[in-house]
Amino acid sequence: MAGLVFYSSASGNTARLVAALGLPAKRIPIRPDDVMPAPLRPFVLICPTYADGEGRGAVPKQVIRFLNDPARRALLRGVIAAGNRNFGVTFARSGDVIATKCNVPVLYRFELAGTETDVARMRAGLDEFWRAECSTMV
Amino acid sequence: MKDQTAAAMPAAAIPRAINWNRIQDDKDLEVWNRLTVNFWLPEKVPLSNDVQSWATLTDDERALTIRVFTGLTLLDTIQNTVGAPALLPDAQTPHEEAVLTNIAFMEAVHARSYSSIFSTLCSTKEVDDAFRWSEENPHLQAKSRLILQEYNATADPLKRKIASVFLESFLFYSGFYLPMYWSSHAKLTNTADLIRLIIRDEAIHGYYIGYKFQRATERLPEAERAALKDFAFALMFDLYDIEAQYTAELYDDLGLTEDVKAFLHYNANKALQNLGYEALFPAPACEVNPAILAALSPDSENHDFFSGSGSSYVIGKAVATEDDDWDF
Repeated sequence: MAGLVFYSSASGNTARLVAALGLPAKRIPIRPDDVMPAPLRPFVLICPTYADGEGRGAVPKQVIRFLNDPARRALLRGVIAAGNRNFGVTFARSGDVIATKCNVPVLYRFELAGTETDVARMRAGLDEFWRAECSTMV
Repeated sequence: MKDQTAAAMPAAAIPRAINWNRIQDDKDLEVWNRLTVNFWLPEKVPLSNDVQSWATLTDDERALTIRVFTGLTLLDTIQNTVGAPALLPDAQTPHEEAVLTNIAFMEAVHARSYSSIFSTLCSTKEVDDAFRWSEENPHLQAKSRLILQEYNATADPLKRKIASVFLESFLFYSGFYLPMYWSSHAKLTNTADLIRLIIRDEAIHGYYIGYKFQRATERLPEAERAALKDFAFALMFDLYDIEAQYTAELYDDLGLTEDVKAFLHYNANKALQNLGYEALFPAPACEVNPAILAALSPDSENHDFFSGSGSSYVIGKAVATEDDDWDF
């Protein structure tokens, strides 16, 4: 089983989702001066969306900073995106942006802090995903 | 106004200019930027393209639609003139005050938009009848009064935020359902575009006010936090009771009441999440009609890896990622 990395702003929605998942996860700091996590194994990124009406600015700047490092980016295997369907076509847009930029799949989308159903699907999905990843890595 | 010299005023009352280059809370600037970039006016939406579609609705469907929009107008009016301004005295930063005044103004734009829809599609008499209906409908009046009671100047500022989040993130949805329903049947699609702009704004409003609520409650002792949570869930129960009756009265004839209620449960849970709370309604009660979800966020159908439709999932087009792309 590899790791999770996530970003959550001060509203804490994504952090609550990660707490509900109950899996080990490293948090990308809110403040630019704080130390970035340095994953050593492959990871899935959980990322909220902050797009405007045109979809601009979807990926939080701290997440861009985190992925801007080639060593960290090389370990990214997939992205789970958070958002709100009320934002229409830009719902969970950060997942699409990161998937396109980094050539990894969007594994899942959820709203705000997720639901029990989301948590169950993500646990099962991640489990299966890592098993498939391991078998291709060996 | 009484003439006051600077010397006679307490230090806290020194008039201060807002400095956007000294931000105490990053969320203020983030939300201000979002709201201002998303600014719109109803004139932007070609509502007149819905005239033909409007003519295909039955008399009852038209009357229902006008009533639903009148109910939404009432909520926007309350939020514009009372709700958002009532949050101003408790603002923690000058930037929060600026955001709240933006929210107040956009609520006026929303309220004004419904009248644009009316003047484009409806007769004066139909509209006048609906406004009279809104003043006499016991459920619409009951939910308005319940919210206004919490907005009252003597009420607890944190309870005011709870009521405000419930209005923004829950109470609108018995109404928003209908244009999404019409849109999913390829009717009134331009009107639905306008409503989506409103939904987008309300989502940011509920998120922001809920965020400020969470920041304020962080500092409270556990007992006070627990009391606020009890209050929030009790208010949600009371509002839900009214909403269930309002929904039945409006939607029974179309056979849509249960469908609307699933949408209410789903949105009630999201409203609670904006306050940092867990869900109230269990997952089976929140299974919203997929056509309504698709109308809410068109073109964003799930093709996730985990969602069961793995074969239809498409990996992003490979883009050579230069590190410069990520610079900002």
